[in-house]
Amino acid sequence: MPWHIKDSDVTPEAVFKDRRNIVKALGLGAVGASVPTAAQADIFSLFGKDEKKVKFQTQPLLFDKETNYAKGEILTPYNKVTTHNNFYEFGTSKKAPAQNSQEFKVEPWKLVIDGEVEKPLTLDFDDFTKLIDLEQRTYRLRCVEAWSMVIPWLGFPLSTLLKRAGVTSKGKYVAFETLHDPEQMPGQKNRFLGGGINYPYVEGLTIAEAMNDLTFMAVGLYGKTLPPQNGAPIRLVVPWKYGFKSIKSVVRIRVTEKRPPTSWNQLAPQEYGFYANVNPAVDHPRWSQASERRIAEGGLFSAKRIPTLPFNGYGDQVADLYRGLDLTKNY
Amino acid sequence: MRLTNKHLFLVKAFMHWAALAPIVFLVLAVFYDEAGGDPVQYIIHYTGMGALNTLVLMLLISPVAKRFKQGALIQTRRLVGLYVFAYATLHLAAFISLDLLFEWSLFFTETVKRPYILVGMLAYILLFALAITSINAVKRKMGKRWQQLHNSVYVVALLVPLHFIWSVKSEIIEPSIYIALTALLLWARKDQIKRIFNR
Repeated sequence: MPWHIKDSDVTPEAVFKDRRNIVKALGLGAVGASVPTAAQADIFSLFGKDEKKVKFQTQPLLFDKETNYAKGEILTPYNKVTTHNNFYEFGTSKKAPAQNSQEFKVEPWKLVIDGEVEKPLTLDFDDFTKLIDLEQRTYRLRCVEAWSMVIPWLGFPLSTLLKRAGVTSKGKYVAFETLHDPEQMPGQKNRFLGGGINYPYVEGLTIAEAMNDLTFMAVGLYGKTLPPQNGAPIRLVVPWKYGFKSIKSVVRIRVTEKRPPTSWNQLAPQEYGFYANVNPAVDHPRWSQASERRIAEGGLFSAKRIPTLPFNGYGDQVADLYRGLDLTKNY
Repeated sequence: MRLTNKHLFLVKAFMHWAALAPIVFLVLAVFYDEAGGDPVQYIIHYTGMGALNTLVLMLLISPVAKRFKQGALIQTRRLVGLYVFAYATLHLAAFISLDLLFEWSLFFTETVKRPYILVGMLAYILLFALAITSINAVKRKMGKRWQQLHNSVYVVALLVPLHFIWSVKSEIIEPSIYIALTALLLWARKDQIKRIFNR
């Protein structure tokens, strides 16, 4: 535990500013609750361009345990993590999710865990934000588009849920599904906005991958609940796989006997396989995966290109899962 | 009504403004943090679309001039064509500097390996040749060969939309519209293009 490191050594300035904004938002929240929405917009507009529109309100989250799985690396600032997103349900550009998702409703939410389990579960928003012990995990996130970030997530291992539900001997895979709600998600309503994906977005893991301790269900980042563009209220984070495996806004986790279909594999199987392990030795058909552009602090000209590591640097914990598997074929 | 020299001056002034304003807008967007959390892809897409849009507009000039019998408009083609080149240069420069961070070896291996980048580079080399030969003195010196070289703008019109549709992950609707548009603009010149091939 790096408790001897001062907070200011590891936390970018933007986060500090943001913490102040939380305090501000909390102070205002109490006032805002009693005022109609239109008037709220005016109150928020006093605090600069960021709060012109009524934004999605995140809440602070407490956690008991902290592990840094990206030691020595600089965190990507909160404002970049929350404004550079792939979430086609809200539009295909990187900016669109933050712009189009601020009215998204996370309550009431229902997350179902079923399929080949002894005890199917249904969790609501409070169940997974308050009733499960949360921990902070700092992971590298490597997008298949060859950019990467370092993000402090809050959540719990997926295995916690699967153990509670009790996977039966037939359970070989785990299938995930994103909310399907075209009223709230314009990309699901309109093929032009939604990038041609057959919604709802689906993903899948083998049961061994799902039970690995690194496989994480995130409910927050940077000490607060997730904003919608990052997959509120609950998402998967699989840090040794390309980002698209880490499905957002999950409503269903189904343990299955057969390998489930996955959205990007359905759309372009020659480009996106089922496994999608980060692998510098296997190029994407249209670009090299040997290196990545790290999105860190600073402006336009401060980016760095760094070599990509096998399994995104988490080989010690996960390489065993693929022993005997040809990863150039099972990409 | 025929366009006078004064009209032509105003048309050209408008074209400069219309081509430069989006660049100013882009600079402001980046400066004021409105280009997203990672402006790199935003800038690359923006300048790429700028090149494609100006290319389509340039290809529109001669059909419009013919239809409305305004021969003087032909004189604006070089201006718009040079903006196509300018946007393409910004697009390529952003890719090399902001995305690849001047890793030249990666740039060369990627260009050879990836058909969509190769196609984009071919289009850029042609645009480069068209731009440097657009100088009047060079044009005079080249004589007949100038027109032969500049006919390759029709090749550019095929390569650029191909580069676009090949580069996207799944959002094929927009590039498809551009393919249809450029195909239409080339179709409008089918007799002219036939003559080029029959020679």
